[in-house]
Amino acid sequence: MTFDHSLLWQYAPQLLKGFELTVVVWLAGSLLAVVLGFALGCALLSKNGAVSLPVRGYVEFFRATPLLVQLFVAYYGGPSIGITLNAFTVGVFGLGFYGAAYFAEIFRAGFASVPPGQIDAARSFGIPRWARIRHIIVPQMLVLSVPPGVTLLIILLKDTAILSIVTVPELTFQVTGMTIETFAFVEPFAVLAALYWGMTELVAFFGRRAEYRLGRYLQ
Amino acid sequence: MGDLLHIPALPPAVFILLIGAATTVAVSVLGNILGLTLGIAVCVMRLSLHRAARIAAAAYISFFRGVPLLVQLLIIYYFLPMIGFDLPPFFAAVIGLGICSAAYQAENLRGGFLIIPRGQAEAARAFGYTAGQARRYILIPQALRAAAPALINEMILILKASSLVSVVGVADLTRESQNIVARDLNPIKWYLIAALIYLVINLVLSRLGVAAERRLNVGYEAATL
Repeated sequence: MTFDHSLLWQYAPQLLKGFELTVVVWLAGSLLAVVLGFALGCALLSKNGAVSLPVRGYVEFFRATPLLVQLFVAYYGGPSIGITLNAFTVGVFGLGFYGAAYFAEIFRAGFASVPPGQIDAARSFGIPRWARIRHIIVPQMLVLSVPPGVTLLIILLKDTAILSIVTVPELTFQVTGMTIETFAFVEPFAVLAALYWGMTELVAFFGRRAEYRLGRYLQ
Repeated sequence: MGDLLHIPALPPAVFILLIGAATTVAVSVLGNILGLTLGIAVCVMRLSLHRAARIAAAAYISFFRGVPLLVQLLIIYYFLPMIGFDLPPFFAAVIGLGICSAAYQAENLRGGFLIIPRGQAEAARAFGYTAGQARRYILIPQALRAAAPALINEMILILKASSLVSVVGVADLTRESQNIVARDLNPIKWYLIAALIYLVINLVLSRLGVAAERRLNVGYEAATL
C-alpha cells in the first residue's frame, strides 16, 4: 500500500468543495436546531397540555427514529405530497429538525434546573422580568446546557456524513465519488477521517473553553 | 412456455420489513455486546497506571468518537477485503458498530469508575486480592451499576445508528424499506412504517433498560448517586 499524494492534489478542488459544503450544511443545520430547539424546549415546559403534548410527540419521534430514515421520508417521500426540495435543503432541514428534538430536551433540562425558589425570591426583591431572565435564569441554565449542547453539535457535525446518502455533495460524498472513479481507497479515506477528526477535536476544544468561561462564576 | 414467464409471488412487503427489523435487532445486539466488552477493556486501559496504555486508549476514544460512523463503516467495508478478510457484510457491520460503540462505552464506564472511592481498591489489595481480582469482583460491578443509565442510552443510540449498515450491504430494516419502495413506489408510506418500527423497537428497549437499571439497583436504593 503506497500513499499517492498526486491523486489528492488532482482531486483537491472537489475535496475542498465538499469540505466547504460540510461546514456550511453543519452551521446552517445547527443554527436551525438551536433556535427551533430553544422554542420547543420552552414549549415542553408549558403548563398547557395542548402546547406541551404535541411537542413531546415531536421530540420523541425525532429522537427515536434514525436520521437516515427521516431523510428518506423527506427526500424521496416529499415529492409525492407535493414538497420537492433539493438535496441541500433536505440536508439543512433534516439536520435542523433532528437536532432540534435533542436541543429541546437540553434546554428544558437547563431551565428546569433553576430552583423555582430563586425566581420567587427575585420577584419578591422586585427584580424585573427581563433582568430575572438575563441575570438569574440564563447564566445558570447555560452552565448546564452548554456541555451537552457542544456534544450535540459534534454529533451533528459527524451526522452530516449521512447526508451523502441522499446525494448532498458534501465531503463524504466527494470522497466516495473519488474512490469510485480512481479505485484508490487509502488516500481519500485517510484524508476524510483526518478532516473529520480534526474538525471534531477543534469544536470540542472551543466547547471546553466556552464551558470554562460560562462556569467561571462558580469557582 | 408458461413456466418461462412464471414470476414467483413475492412475499408481502410487511413480512419483508419484519425480517429486516430482525436483522436490525441482531446487528445492534451483537454490536452492543462487542462494544461493551471492548469498551470495558479500553476503559481499564484508559485508567491504567501505564502511560503508554493510557495514551493508546485516549487516542482510540478520540478517533472513534471523532470520525463519523458512516466513514468508519465504509473504511471497514473497503479495507477488510484489501487485507484479505472477506467477511460477510453482516459481520463487518457488527465489527464496525462494536468498535465505534466501544469508544463511547469506555467513556461512559470511566464516569462509573471515577465515583468509586479510591480506598476500595486499596482495601481490596490489603485483603489479598490481586489487582485483576479487585477489578473483576469489586470495581467493574460497581462501575457497571453506576454507569448503567449511560450504557443503556448508548445501546439505544446504536440501534438507530445501525440504519447506516444498510449502506454497506446489510439487508436491515432501512435497506428492506428501500427495496420495497423500489418495488411499489410509495416512499412516504414505507419509510414512515420503517420509522414506526424503529420507534417501537426503541420503546421496548428503553422499557427493558428501565427494568435492567432497577434490577442492578436492588439492595442499593439508599446509595443515591
